[in-house]
Amino acid sequence: MVKYFLKRGYLFLLYAFLYAPIIVLAFYSFNSSRSRGTWDGFSLKWYIQMFQDRQILTSLYYSLVIGIISSVVATIIGTMAAFGINNMKTLPRTTVMNLTYLPVLNPDIVTGISFMLLFIFIRLKLGFITLLLSHITFNIPYVILSVLPRIKQLDKNMYEAALDLGATPAVAFRKVVLPEIMPGVITGLLLAFTLSLDDFVISFFNTGSGVSTLSITIYSMARRGINPKINALSTLMFVSILTLLVIINLMMSRQKNSKEKESKEVL
Amino acid sequence: MKKTWAAYPYIFWIIIFTIVPMGLLIYFSITVKTPTGTIISMDNFRRFTEPIYLKVLARSLTLAAISTVCCLLLGYPAALFLSSRDLRHKNTMVLLMVLPMWMNFLLRTYAWLTLLERKGLINTLLGKIGIPPLNLLYNDFAVVLGMVYNFLPFMVLPIYSVLSKIDHSLIEAAEDLGADPLRTFLKVRLPLSLPGVMSGITMVFMPAVTTFVISRLLGGGQYTLIGNLIEQQFLTVGDWNFGSAISLMMMLIILIGMGFTSRYEKEQEGGGLW
Repeated sequence: MVKYFLKRGYLFLLYAFLYAPIIVLAFYSFNSSRSRGTWDGFSLKWYIQMFQDRQILTSLYYSLVIGIISSVVATIIGTMAAFGINNMKTLPRTTVMNLTYLPVLNPDIVTGISFMLLFIFIRLKLGFITLLLSHITFNIPYVILSVLPRIKQLDKNMYEAALDLGATPAVAFRKVVLPEIMPGVITGLLLAFTLSLDDFVISFFNTGSGVSTLSITIYSMARRGINPKINALSTLMFVSILTLLVIINLMMSRQKNSKEKESKEVL
Repeated sequence: MKKTWAAYPYIFWIIIFTIVPMGLLIYFSITVKTPTGTIISMDNFRRFTEPIYLKVLARSLTLAAISTVCCLLLGYPAALFLSSRDLRHKNTMVLLMVLPMWMNFLLRTYAWLTLLERKGLINTLLGKIGIPPLNLLYNDFAVVLGMVYNFLPFMVLPIYSVLSKIDHSLIEAAEDLGADPLRTFLKVRLPLSLPGVMSGITMVFMPAVTTFVISRLLGGGQYTLIGNLIEQQFLTVGDWNFGSAISLMMMLIILIGMGFTSRYEKEQEGGGLW
């Protein structure tokens, strides 16, 4: 029993270490004074100021636009690539897969700098387009890595059966193959979107004047010191991620339940 | 379905956005600009062996190693306790370990800024009990703390996933054969969890060596790790050749390190995050 409480106690302390800074951060976002040491009463003024801050709003806009476009484009290119890679012979396949792993394993800063060298070399002005291209590039490998296992699990006979029963290849693909690989595609898309929103290092080297994502804005504000608006922003971001995760978890457990029901009915 | 054309756009993309940039990085690292033009030279690499740069490298490696050891010492017991069978609400506890990873790492780092600064919460609390304010920020301590805080879940999760996959009958067998808990741990659990420890070490050490954000925010403007050195060469000094050479060396160090640990993991069926 003592041992059990020791274990619990240790985990409790570790969670306190992990969460205390986040909680303190959120707590002081409601503080009416700028000071971090003292509490001067509850206020929402930092939230109001945050929503009036043009810089924060435009960078939120850029983060979302780049996140959506880059994850969708990366999902299309990556899913197609996964099909092609699956059909390749051993040598080209290992070559392409090693090149796919390179940006995943490479330190972010090296990836970011190599993109920057490329854009300057081909005289593309650093800005929205370069930011988008670099995000697509670092997202594709994650899509491939989540779609490829699904394609490998595909039962070829199903596709051929559909063709034998008179389906055109396009219909067979849409009705048989696509539903099978969809979970992998969705995972890849969500992963790509999250990584794009979260990225700082690669964006930092590939953005030009006027265009900045949320991460870049937070960095430039944090470098100048404490700013309660960042507290408000991070509290909001943490709460939205929390809600999103809860929703995804609920959806997944509901799916699982209905599937279990279905399989029971079949049995 | 034996066609490979679907991969052609991606192959085209790889050539432009992976191969050409790497080629440019190598090109810049082996050339230097002289008044008469650009010439091939190993000067950039030679320059890296000057004491001031070696010191930066040594400092980066040391701090990353210290952070990795701290993460291992803090994280291994946590993974062990999380994987124990009598723990209630296990799924919630594991989820709580993952959750901070979903928060932007800039914000996690910034959170410590507000705690550690001179007028921050810790110093205010210390002041209340009569202790004069301490310089908690802008030193090695703050940087290591930031690294441990940011990367701790990356150590816990792989170890946890390996530990929870261990066949429990092995542990029962050891107990039946008369081993006490310590001996069971040393002879069964610990050796079987080593692949997880290896991937944990990789996943903490690698980002810790290359970070430039944690060192800039918690170490202050003058604080230089290898990542800051690269950033400076490209964004303030403008010496792309030297910057490329450092980047290339760092990339090689990381990839060789990964090669070692991934070989080890393959042999041992290790648990990664993916």
